[in-house]
Amino acid sequence: MIELQDVHKAFGPKQVLTGFTLTVRDGETLVLIGYSGTGKSVVLKHIVGLLHPDAGEVIVDGRMVPELDRAELNAVRRDIGYVFQFAALFDSMTVAENVALGLRNRDLPEAEIVERVQEALALVDLTGTDERAPAELSGGMRKRVGLARAIALRPRYMLYDEPTTGLDPVTAAVIDRLVVRTREHLGVTGLVVTHDMRSAYTVGDRIAMLYEGRVRQVGTVEEIRETDDPVVRQFIEGRPE
Amino acid sequence: MITGIGRRAVAAVEAVGRLGHFVGDMTRALPDVRTWGRLVAQQMRRIGVDSLPVALFIAAFTGVVLALQASYTFTGAVPLYFVGTLVGKTMMLELGPVLAGLALAGRVGASMAAELGTMTITEQVDALETLAYDPQSFLVVPRVVAATAMFPVIVTFAVATGIVTGWLTSLALLELSTAQFLKGLKIFYVFKDLWFGLFKSATFGFTIALVGCRVGLGTRGGAEGVGQSAMRAVVYSAVLILMLDAFWAVVLL
Repeated sequence: MIELQDVHKAFGPKQVLTGFTLTVRDGETLVLIGYSGTGKSVVLKHIVGLLHPDAGEVIVDGRMVPELDRAELNAVRRDIGYVFQFAALFDSMTVAENVALGLRNRDLPEAEIVERVQEALALVDLTGTDERAPAELSGGMRKRVGLARAIALRPRYMLYDEPTTGLDPVTAAVIDRLVVRTREHLGVTGLVVTHDMRSAYTVGDRIAMLYEGRVRQVGTVEEIRETDDPVVRQFIEGRPE
Repeated sequence: MITGIGRRAVAAVEAVGRLGHFVGDMTRALPDVRTWGRLVAQQMRRIGVDSLPVALFIAAFTGVVLALQASYTFTGAVPLYFVGTLVGKTMMLELGPVLAGLALAGRVGASMAAELGTMTITEQVDALETLAYDPQSFLVVPRVVAATAMFPVIVTFAVATGIVTGWLTSLALLELSTAQFLKGLKIFYVFKDLWFGLFKSATFGFTIALVGCRVGLGTRGGAEGVGQSAMRAVVYSAVLILMLDAFWAVVLL
């Protein structure tokens, strides 16, 4: 279980999180929606310890993330697959090397690393792209490689940062399908950050909206679809006013 | 004006403090040989082999100029075989390490800052962290170790090249025989001439890589930020090389 309790975070004078509280239950996929620049990615970065809260608690499986030393933090990170918004692939490595990188510091035999890489690439429908460079791939393929890199770790949790942003509707639907497939295949708990409502409805069990540094509303997909909250309604309907 | 000077002084002290903190982080990553050990050879090739042509090019012309200037200075007053002495001592003690260091501050330092800067702004460094790697072990230590090890090798070749071009210039343009040039080269040679230059170049390599990595990993913004980082890495490295050069002269000579 991932818990964020009353998290505050500011960058200089800009207050981004002002008492953010959210629980991601084991086995569910929770979608965090909200306007661009409101701090959704900041939430994800707190969970993996890339950012430290100014106040509040970030807890993964009972471990208080901001208080961990590097070795303990790495142990938490080994349970988490992180899919970056722009894939964050290593330009100097091939697709297979990118996917294998997270396995190479885990005392795994080479044969198992190769097997896991092939399995992960197959799961995202990229079999046969092993030797290609990230620069040769389309945006959608890069995102799928980023997903494969996370899947190969066989994590307990998956964090997705805007998985469908910048993609055409068909490719976005492919990514959504892969998110669902990953959950079914690995049984992972997921937290998806997006402002794409079609994606949110497709992949989420519950949806939470981040607004002005806090969770404005959290509920099942149906509850959010039928919400009376004017802020949430405006966002999910995409109305300018 | 005094406020401005004070502000700059505080900023400079803070920058030194941050670099010291960075060195501390790097030192803590040193035991993680399993991560950085396999990456050193690749960096040694990139830093060493790929930088050699630039260093040799500079050294070749420096050797020519040194021989001609020595001859010009000595005319009538000092025996001409001292051209060999001046070329050898100057290349080993000063110009080999410093000119190669300054040239490679541009090539190696800027390249590291731009590469790590791009990795930082495209979240590749964050991705490394989420894959349970320490960026210090994966990115910084291999580069610093490789640069520290390879700079003396590069400078050895540069010094040899400068001496050879100085010798060829003496033969072709100064009517000096090979025996006379070698006599001058050997007459005041002491082993310290060589190890001082090589030791100094190792510290230059360490500094250039350290500054390139620190500046690169501190990159903010987009393409402009990467450009700024590359420029800063060159300027800071060049300044630190000249300061280190003077420091080692005071301490070791």
